[in-house]
Amino acid sequence: MTDADRFEDVVKTRREESFAEFDDQHRGLFGRFHHALHATPSLVPLIVLVSALAVFGIVLGEKFFSPFAMTLILQQVQIVGVLAAAQSLIILTAGIDLSVGATAVLCSVVMGQFTFRYGLPPVAAVACGMAVGTLIGAANGWLVSRMKLPPFIVTLGMWQIVLAANYLYSSNETIRAQEIETEAPFLQFLGLKLQVGGATLTLGVVLMLVLVLVLAYALRSTAWGRHVYAVGDDPEAAKLAGVNVHRTLMSVYMLVGFICALAGWVMIGRFGSVSPSATTGVIGNIQSITAVVIGGISLFGGRGSILGAFFGALIVGVFELGLRMSGADPQWTYLLIGVLIIAAVTVDQWIRKVTA
Amino acid sequence: MTRPILEARGLVKRYGRVTALNHCDFDLMPGEILAVIGDNGAGKSTLIKALSGAIRPDGGEILLDGEPIAFETPNDARRAGIETVYQTLAMSPALSIADNMFMGRELKMPGILGSVFGKLDRRRMEDFAREKLAELGLMTIQNINQAVETLSGGQRQGVAVARAAAFGSKVVILDEPTAALGVKESRRVLELIQEVRSRGIPIILISHNMPHVFEVADRIHVHRLGRRLCVIDPRDCTMSDAVAYMTGAREPEPLAA
Repeated sequence: MTDADRFEDVVKTRREESFAEFDDQHRGLFGRFHHALHATPSLVPLIVLVSALAVFGIVLGEKFFSPFAMTLILQQVQIVGVLAAAQSLIILTAGIDLSVGATAVLCSVVMGQFTFRYGLPPVAAVACGMAVGTLIGAANGWLVSRMKLPPFIVTLGMWQIVLAANYLYSSNETIRAQEIETEAPFLQFLGLKLQVGGATLTLGVVLMLVLVLVLAYALRSTAWGRHVYAVGDDPEAAKLAGVNVHRTLMSVYMLVGFICALAGWVMIGRFGSVSPSATTGVIGNIQSITAVVIGGISLFGGRGSILGAFFGALIVGVFELGLRMSGADPQWTYLLIGVLIIAAVTVDQWIRKVTA
Repeated sequence: MTRPILEARGLVKRYGRVTALNHCDFDLMPGEILAVIGDNGAGKSTLIKALSGAIRPDGGEILLDGEPIAFETPNDARRAGIETVYQTLAMSPALSIADNMFMGRELKMPGILGSVFGKLDRRRMEDFAREKLAELGLMTIQNINQAVETLSGGQRQGVAVARAAAFGSKVVILDEPTAALGVKESRRVLELIQEVRSRGIPIILISHNMPHVFEVADRIHVHRLGRRLCVIDPRDCTMSDAVAYMTGAREPEPLAA
């Protein structure tokens, strides 16, 4: 090296021991709050949930704060709750699934029709429903991961395909609750009620709670969960770091299909009947996305927790029941939920803007 | 003459009608820092991706310790002991330092917790990560659980180098490690590079920064038009010579190295 080239010698001799660091002292209460939100993203929906409960509890009193009303909320959100768990997984990978509701309805129809049309034992019919759900998920996953199609497009198409297949296959015939009750009660298994004091829990609610806890564990404490976050954060980086992106995406989409089938089974328990025209087929996707967004999971992927989505589903349930009990026009519910969605995304942006 | 630890013979890679590698040769000797320089679009990145398993070459062969190898994925290369620090660092910003260091090779809890429930052994991963960062003198990172996005550019680079040094048993490849860094951070990364070499691990350094290259490299591989133009010794040429070779302003004497 010639002398003229030694223009970095100054820093060689006069270097400090550490990188530039910034003082962390003057963060204050507000900053610490911000940091806590950044570290635990499900804190925001939890705060909203608790305050909503408090407000309705103060306004409505005993009527609302009873074990009966509290568990009624759980029963009312069980389908959306299960779908939101599925939706969370997809959104964590920076995707979106518009076909969750339709898949749930088709799976419930498969469970019903396989029992009544082909005379399969109900247990086998339920298993077939699960298989159909998983297959739909696999198709979505393959198109997203291998064909590199945007998840929005894939599942927008799949939504229509599945919904139409559902009507075509079932000839839009409903299987009545009474028939199921006498001939195949196993289909309504998740509708079984457990009475504890004034509280009423169904097995469907228990399933939702267990599902959320299991997924929360898997996402937080297993390698698979870390890979889901890494793929959602930056798929290219994840791939270079040694994550099998295709396998991770396939596992997520198939698991989501399976969970949608579970939601279909929960639907039979909740409604008693099997109806191909259940509203879940049309609005289940939007309901689940609403819960996920209110729950603070970032639509850009890789951030948020499934507990948040669960809280999001509960918030919607609390608003619906609370406003109904206070005799407000149901449109207020939708209006407030709309406000919540926008507020949730605003908070998400704020949290991401300054990385504490 | 000692045999190269990693070598490539006649590598070819085409992207459609573009030839990125045109019968390229490559040699890395044990324990050395080999710099790879070349103009933009000369095919440096493609060469590195072929060596690190990120792409599969259309022709030619790669030998590790004299044995022919064919990597299907970056994971194959990693299993063979070749670690790469990509220019983009390949880190997930929202995940912690420990999570990132073990991405794709997580440690599980011993016993049934790990084998059935797949529970990660966070304690062991964190201790390992902390130890590796300390070894390379990256003591300013206090919290191993902080998200990578909260680190400065130099610290991120440091974590990426630490990850490569911790797992790379044969070769460590660094793609433009100082390109995005300030002068002080660059200095630190150069020290890290020498620290890694002092443990006997050979390093391939891709860089545009001539002073950095001339400071740390033992040999310089000049890449031009998809192939190795020549290998020069930084002790007997100037930076202007190197730049002249890589831009084509000067032709080297027939290859001797």
